Amino acid sequence: MQNSGQYFLRLSASDNVLVVVKAILEGQELELEGLKITASKTIPFGHKVAARALNAGEKIVKFGMPIGSTTATISAGEHVHTHNLQSDYIPSFGRPGEGGH
Amino acid sequence: MQAYLRADGRKGIRNVIAVVYLVECAHHVAKQIAAPFEDNDVHVIGFSGCYPNTYALEMMESLCTHPNVGAVLLVSLGCESFNRNQLAETVRSSGRPVDVLVIQQTGGTRKTFEAGREWIRSTLVDLERVPRAEMGMHELIVGTVCGGSDGTSGISANPAVGNAFDRLVNLGATTIFEETGELIGCEQDMVRRAITPELGQEILSCMAKTANYYNILGHGSFAVGNAEGGLTTLEEKSLGAYAKAGHGALHGIIKPGDVPPNPGLYLLDVIPDGEVRFGFPNINDTAEIGELIACGSHVILFTTGRGSVVGSAISPVIKICGNPETYRRMSDDMDVNAGRILEGQGTIDEVGLEIVERIRLTAEGEKTASESLGHREFVLTYKSFEPIGPSCLPLALA
Repeated sequence: MQNSGQYFLRLSASDNVLVVVKAILEGQELELEGLKITASKTIPFGHKVAARALNAGEKIVKFGMPIGSTTATISAGEHVHTHNLQSDYIPSFGRPGEGGH
Repeated sequence: MQAYLRADGRKGIRNVIAVVYLVECAHHVAKQIAAPFEDNDVHVIGFSGCYPNTYALEMMESLCTHPNVGAVLLVSLGCESFNRNQLAETVRSSGRPVDVLVIQQTGGTRKTFEAGREWIRSTLVDLERVPRAEMGMHELIVGTVCGGSDGTSGISANPAVGNAFDRLVNLGATTIFEETGELIGCEQDMVRRAITPELGQEILSCMAKTANYYNILGHGSFAVGNAEGGLTTLEEKSLGAYAKAGHGALHGIIKPGDVPPNPGLYLLDVIPDGEVRFGFPNINDTAEIGELIACGSHVILFTTGRGSVVGSAISPVIKICGNPETYRRMSDDMDVNAGRILEGQGTIDEVGLEIVERIRLTAEGEKTASESLGHREFVLTYKSFEPIGPSCLPLALA
């Protein structure tokens, strides 16, 4: 529940994603909870990045609660969104292959 | 905290005179009766419909005997169906001063203005004699609602209110959250937090009713704009609203007008029972605030991102702004700047603590931003409910 620099917000201790609270530009070098990362693409305010490396099929935890499962392996600092995360509640929502942006 | 001790033993943090119109035709008269008393806590509430409705009568009975209310003036046109005699009797038996003005019997608009204002002048003097008593946190009820939300609400203001709710429950207070229509996807976590398996089952039925209601009304759940804002799944969106409920145990489900019998965290079921009728469950944020107050809320925590300005009749509204830019633009309307969490100027924990302190100050009489600005919104519409089932309040059975 604290800021990692100015860019990332951890909402809960058990979360494996952080919220981007200041837009990140492609190629930008950032520190993410002590880890040095280079942004592979531009990520807008309000989106999520992985707090650590994640396997495909892993539960994503935000607010300390599951918000869905990963559909691909994700490296630390990578954007987590419709292209690699899908709902466990309405499985059809993720539309794999369509949603990546 | 020093509170107003009512004859029925409940304790309030404001000493409001409620001027109540019982049909829209009496609204203007009620408003003009209260108009000269803008600097006093003289608030206008009412029900517009001419046809009777059990929910509206019960809501009015709860609101007119709310601990923050000291006296009640009912303003009736005369021919509407509202049961003014029952409402007056309920207020009278609670030990509060009450009077009924029937415009058709009093002799029209002007005579009713005069009669109403005279009653208020003498009642304001009577209310100065209401005894004061020490009020503990175990006697305090706090409700929460969000409105004018944006992408910041779920990651700053709502988690900060959740943090405040956990603190309040730990201090022995009662907390209420609602908006079941925005909690779809959070069922399993609510079941996990329910203090009995039977309460868990009630939560599942309540959420199934909610999903059905919104499906029939054709209310969308997850929009393209949500994904653009960074939300990926429906459960993620719902968790942003659910964050207001904190992390503690869920002690029960109540319906509008039910006052929680023991301290703890409660879910307010705002979705009508039976077939879908009368339109949207709550037509705006003010309707939700009215229901939280009817459940005894002394104070309301209102989170906003885009910048709502509303307050409420009867109970003070504390506005918590999640968006730092909105806060700077509209700071006169806001009580707490939760947007600083996003700018690295504070943590969720620090803002949670600040909210609890703000509640304490408000309970001790300090005006909230919306109170200072004269906001006293109120709305009440048609609904219908069945009483809650026996498993909804496990501690009340013990």
